[in-house]
Amino acid sequence: MVPFAGWAMPVQYAGIMAEHKTVREAVGLFDVSHMGEFLVEGEGAESFLQGMVSNDVSVLVDGQAQYAVACTPEGGIVDDLLIYRRAAGKYLICVNAGRLAEDWEWFHSHHDGDRDGCSLVDASERFAQLAIQGRHAEAVVQALTDIDCSAIEYYRFVEGQVAGVEAILARTGYTGEDGFEVFFSTDQAEAVWSKVREAGVPFQLEPIGLGARDTLRLEMKYCLYGNDISTETSPLEARLGWVTKLAKESDFIGKQALLDQKESGVKRALVGFELKERGIARNGALVIVDGEQFGEVTSGTMSPSLGRAIGLCYLPRTHSKAGSTFEVEVRGKRIPAEVVKTPFYRRPY
Amino acid sequence: MSNIPSNLQYTGDHEWVAINGNLALVGITDHAQDQLGDIVYLGDFPQPGETVEQGDVIGVIESVKATSDIYSPLTGKIEAVNEELLEEPGDLNGEPYADNWILRIKIMDKSEIDSLLDASAYEQLVED
Repeated sequence: MVPFAGWAMPVQYAGIMAEHKTVREAVGLFDVSHMGEFLVEGEGAESFLQGMVSNDVSVLVDGQAQYAVACTPEGGIVDDLLIYRRAAGKYLICVNAGRLAEDWEWFHSHHDGDRDGCSLVDASERFAQLAIQGRHAEAVVQALTDIDCSAIEYYRFVEGQVAGVEAILARTGYTGEDGFEVFFSTDQAEAVWSKVREAGVPFQLEPIGLGARDTLRLEMKYCLYGNDISTETSPLEARLGWVTKLAKESDFIGKQALLDQKESGVKRALVGFELKERGIARNGALVIVDGEQFGEVTSGTMSPSLGRAIGLCYLPRTHSKAGSTFEVEVRGKRIPAEVVKTPFYRRPY
Repeated sequence: MSNIPSNLQYTGDHEWVAINGNLALVGITDHAQDQLGDIVYLGDFPQPGETVEQGDVIGVIESVKATSDIYSPLTGKIEAVNEELLEEPGDLNGEPYADNWILRIKIMDKSEIDSLLDASAYEQLVED
């Protein structure tokens, strides 16, 4: 167990490689109750959120989720988050545990209930969250609910009974596999965990720790806040332009800075790379471009699926195409690296 | 329960040493591989012929979750690195002893051997 954002969390149960393989080949169960949840409700909720996040919240329909970032006025990233539209004027925002205090301060300081026509509540302690990820996820979840799981499309959700408790059942995840994330009341966490494990027995479901959660997301180039993105990086640099709707009518915090950045040209880009020789480039390893230090590796590991050392880092935009080469310095030794197309891994089904 | 063969000697840094005349095979213990988890890289060794002192870092071992140094249990000259093991470092998770030694060192100061731990002393250290 390790301390993580104030929670005690398991790095691994059976071992990172074994757990990674379980998710890639069968199905895994993650306790992600550490994630934070804000509730934004009222007739002004959509408009309030439009001003706070980069993506276009107005395109959401009931039962749809959306990935977005909240930015600083300078265009840095306050956090990346998921927005769930439960009904008109009724949203749930899921934020990173490690950013909960900052996010709350950020949202709260920009919120005025009377002016904005919506309430803002930190409901993080009310919600437990489990993720069921892998090719057998649908079968496992279906065994626990009358909701037709096959009818829930990617980034859609349904509210109803799961494992005997009132839940939000969303087809989302952080692994690159098919899967679900389920929100429900904290006091039911142990009971639901046990029921999912029981329902998963025929499908070789195993519990998965933080270690494999990281290798799984990294193989997909999903950003980890604090590593790959921060207040010092913009969503355009992080190649999150697809959730940054500069064309949306509403103004949002950071929009002008991002427009300026786009206009003057984004100088660096977050890329995926592979090492061309033996070694592992972890977070913090120096990135050397044309003999000069450019930055640091933001995430890196030995990819359990590929058996190769992979990582993410920012490179000069001119150097960011697949096939470009650079070096990574590990313990004083420079190892050649090559930019590759991402995601590193694609599921075969 | 960690496997600690009685015929080997150990260091407090979880290396094992098998001494045969003036040659020492050096590896990492079962406890070490268990703590590290899935081992994916071995490297950064001195060149054969280089002299190392007791306690010097003589290599690095990386698992998916962590990086750990390997320390020389004795002063001596590096004779060889187990090249086969470098290709399949994960083999250490199945068998950390026997053929899966990491370095072979020619001992230059036999008096240091007394500073190594025997199996029962190492077992005590692991349990503490």
